[in-house]
Amino acid sequence: MIRPHRSHPLWFAFILHRLSGLGLALFLPAHFYLLSLALTAPESLDGYLALAENPLVKVAEFGLVFLLAVHFFGGLRLMAMEWLPWSGRQKSLAAGAVAAAFLVSGTFFLQAV
Amino acid sequence: MSSDKEELEVSIWRGDDAGGAFEDYKVPAQDSQTVLDVVSWVQQNTDPTLSYRYACRVGMCGSCAMMVNGVPRWTCRTHVKKVLDGKKVTVAPLRNLPVIKDLATDMDPFFDKWVKAGGVHHPSKTRDDPIEPINPKSIARSEADTGIECINCSVCYAACDTVTGNADYLGPAALQRAWTLYNDAKDADQQTILDAVSGNGGCHNCHSQGSCTLFCPNELNPMKAIAGLKRATATSLFKRKK
Amino acid sequence: MLDMRLYMLQRITALIMAPLTLGHIAVMIYAIQDGLTAAEILGRTQGSVLWFLFYGSFVVAVSLHAAIGLRVILHETFAVQGKALSVFTWSICLILLAMGGRAVWAVTAV
Repeated sequence: MIRPHRSHPLWFAFILHRLSGLGLALFLPAHFYLLSLALTAPESLDGYLALAENPLVKVAEFGLVFLLAVHFFGGLRLMAMEWLPWSGRQKSLAAGAVAAAFLVSGTFFLQAV
Repeated sequence: MSSDKEELEVSIWRGDDAGGAFEDYKVPAQDSQTVLDVVSWVQQNTDPTLSYRYACRVGMCGSCAMMVNGVPRWTCRTHVKKVLDGKKVTVAPLRNLPVIKDLATDMDPFFDKWVKAGGVHHPSKTRDDPIEPINPKSIARSEADTGIECINCSVCYAACDTVTGNADYLGPAALQRAWTLYNDAKDADQQTILDAVSGNGGCHNCHSQGSCTLFCPNELNPMKAIAGLKRATATSLFKRKK
Repeated sequence: MLDMRLYMLQRITALIMAPLTLGHIAVMIYAIQDGLTAAEILGRTQGSVLWFLFYGSFVVAVSLHAAIGLRVILHETFAVQGKALSVFTWSICLILLAMGGRAVWAVTAV
């Protein structure tokens, strides 16, 4: 499915960054809408927040935190690559970004359950 | 060692700018056979109308690059044994360039972008001036040296998905050329180069997928060169504001 | 499609958001313990100038950042270009600003 010229670590890092960014951007309106309920309909906000007790929602939250963390660490790698002195270890750094994102989102998940 | 009777199953893309499809050929396997040898054998023995491009056959001229099993390669220096999938190999024209016929692509857009990226020398002296001594160990010269072995084969350009999605994007080779000139002490107009790579299709569109660097047959690093241009354009922006 | 100006805007908003994101993640990890309630969230944020500035700057930065990012995807994947691309970019930015601003106001206003 993945075309041969794309099948290498830094391209995967790119697509992860793009898809996580896209996912976060699409999530933002829902996130904002839900919070603004605090102003207009506080009862229904609590109704939504109660949904977070559902295990499936907890997994979805973990997914969102992972997207945020992986976009954060991946973005730091890109800015370091562009603006700091060159490092030839981009593949290791990209792997490190994913590992750090799992660490952060895993911590969140353990606190959530 | 392969015996003379062994045959390769070769799929070659045939067509023109209107479209085309892969056609299958049987080619006898030989020792030390390159992908270009395979394509040439088909043209010389099976179908003389097969169009492709090559010149030096020793990895210097940059004219024989093609997609081999979906990956851009210099075909004259690619041993077919190294890329065989069982007995099969597919050969197609380079991505991201218009096809003229079969395996020959129109390289004009690729070279036009070299000029657009400021890739022409801006002289700092006339013929009457003495030759300026350059310290080969200076930081800028060492940086320029990393890019000068480019043979304009367009492998990086074909590997780059940013080129695919953004027709204006100058691409790795042209930007690396700009970076080389930017670091060349004998180039008189660094700001012109930075301006040329800061437009709509400039270095800032690069997403650092790194396919250019991965597939460059001369093991150059266009991704690093483009990162250098991003850094240089960003710092020049702050310098100019002061 | 991404000129120098948009590139710098993308990177600068990213730099602004770097510490804000860390803070946001830390708050999430802290707040998610024992479940979420509106009262708990509002108790923390309502009437706080600090949280207003924190999330206010976050919303401004993310609106610009996301609009530029989506602009790239719209162009590279869906071949949107020219005026339509600018209209999309600005619309996304303004929608996120409006919705985000409203959310920040909702949780910080007294």
